[in-house]
Amino acid sequence: MQREVKLVQGNQAIAEGAVYAGARYYAGYPITPSSEIAELCSVLMPQLGGVYMQMEDEIASIAAVIGASLAGVKSFTATSGPGFSLMQENLGLAVLGEVPCVIINVQRCGPSTGLATKPAQSDVMQARWGRHGDQAIIALSPATVKECFDLTVTAFNFAEKFRVPVVLLADEIVGHMRENFTYPAPGELQVVERKKPTVTPDRYKPFEPAEDGIAPLAAFGSQYVFHITSSMHGTDGYSNNDPGNAAWRVAQLHQKIDRYRSEIVLTKTFNAEDADVLLIAYGATTRAARAAALTARRGGIRAGVLQLLTIWPFPDEIVAVLGGQASTVVVPEMNFSGQVAGEVQRVLGPGADIRRVNRYNGQVITPQDILRAIQGR
Amino acid sequence: MWCPGCGNGIVLGAMLRAFEELEYELHNTVVVTGIGCWGKADDYLLTNALHTTHGRALAFATGIKAANPRLHVVVLMGDGDGITIGGNHFIHAARRNMDLTAIVVNNYNYGMTGGQCSGTTPADSYTSTTLYGNPERELDICRLAEVAGANYVARGTVYHGWELQQLIKEALNKKGFALVEAVSPCPTHFGSHNGMREPVEMLNHLKEKAVTMDAYRQLKEPERDGYFVIGKLAERDAPDFSTNYERMRGRIAGARKEGEPA
Repeated sequence: MQREVKLVQGNQAIAEGAVYAGARYYAGYPITPSSEIAELCSVLMPQLGGVYMQMEDEIASIAAVIGASLAGVKSFTATSGPGFSLMQENLGLAVLGEVPCVIINVQRCGPSTGLATKPAQSDVMQARWGRHGDQAIIALSPATVKECFDLTVTAFNFAEKFRVPVVLLADEIVGHMRENFTYPAPGELQVVERKKPTVTPDRYKPFEPAEDGIAPLAAFGSQYVFHITSSMHGTDGYSNNDPGNAAWRVAQLHQKIDRYRSEIVLTKTFNAEDADVLLIAYGATTRAARAAALTARRGGIRAGVLQLLTIWPFPDEIVAVLGGQASTVVVPEMNFSGQVAGEVQRVLGPGADIRRVNRYNGQVITPQDILRAIQGR
Repeated sequence: MWCPGCGNGIVLGAMLRAFEELEYELHNTVVVTGIGCWGKADDYLLTNALHTTHGRALAFATGIKAANPRLHVVVLMGDGDGITIGGNHFIHAARRNMDLTAIVVNNYNYGMTGGQCSGTTPADSYTSTTLYGNPERELDICRLAEVAGANYVARGTVYHGWELQQLIKEALNKKGFALVEAVSPCPTHFGSHNGMREPVEMLNHLKEKAVTMDAYRQLKEPERDGYFVIGKLAERDAPDFSTNYERMRGRIAGARKEGEPA
């Protein structure tokens, strides 16, 4: 059967990817440049027996998403930087309560209201460290419309499998660009469902990890009765202030992600194996990096690209291997402070030749910007 | 975990007796709590429970109820939690007419953090952050719920325990957003700052100042000052969110069947 190729917008692909992954609850608050996701969900969710809710703010949006997820429904929200900031406190609850959920952040240029319609990649550290308390989440970043779809499905899979919030760090460019896209058939992409308890209801403990390190999660309304709490708690979900228990809980939130690093860390390479100049890029900037690398190759420089599809946990291993082989590493990103470049520096050490290409004025990074850095000008 | 003379245990008992009378089961009941003294009630419960962040309990409960309208979802908040930091969610949960029962314990201050003033602290009264008297006015929780669109609004006190239980029962039975405000003593903080250090003094205050609507109407200004009305204050039967949403789904399905745009 000839599959139909369609011209699809990134934000549209994200909404449809969520539906493909089984999402049936969306709660959000309008914000540029993510609003197309909400608009499409308001049409799709009621058709599919799901629910779309426009909440009073982003605080309520992520709260409702967490509530719906605990009722057993795959749930998500979409926002941009200012709304993402408002979600952070309740995202912390999703981390400690180990509630699967997906947050789309279509990044725009800040700080504050900033340039509301212009792209940025400046929420990388907010995604990692935006919440109080010491915790870990997963963040992914798409560079194409196809990746918008595929990584949204992956985000739900990781959220469900590891009982953790997953952030899709898109940006205004990928969110609003349109590309040819062929929708995958049902079953073509893997869709993961959360692990349900199999013990008798009287023995169920919502925070008791199974052998795989992840505790099964029941749904409110099932035969299993359980407590989820933002306070420190024991395996039974009731408050527990014991220091030994708290240490175990905090460590477990990190260790369950560390344990599956190799499965969670997704990257792509383009001529990176023999690269003397390695471009490390993510999101829309990957596109300029690939163009720059090809041009550099034509000019006799062995340039290649490492694209980070997973940003958190940070892909230390592959950055160390490919970065270690290259004599120069270039990190282009749409922020001032080099949020990913700093991580690359941490991995490769202070002696590495790491060149930063930064734009933070709402304009895109061009291949020429990157070429200038490659050529050392 | 509550202080001697606290009213939370009386509200909790009234709620649980109402659950029992209505034959609520553990597995189809979810109690959502906020942050504060009353927000710790979940640790005493055997039902499903979700202990949330400060002020956001109703937003979490909204997601639970929308995803599974068959669940009994009951939301426990204090005056600081429910209508001060959480005022926006309170307004919109009532406006949407979510089929939730909110039980707001009003002790006129933030007990958990040491008795600071809240949005319901009466004007001129004393708390640990209004030692010169509260320069701000208090908010009437029930009037707020009524104008925001709640289907059921009632106020009780922990002195009137049996009546409180009946009000909670009516609220639980009501489809749509139902609010019960339970006025409750905080002798440790509010009482000690306002000349009612002994729990019995605060209970006597509730006994004296809480009156029926009829009795209140007979009071003339300025004698009314300090008195408040208990009992059912508003009731209507507007369709709740989930009922309206299901109707919308039906319209969409019907239109799609006929090949027309929804």
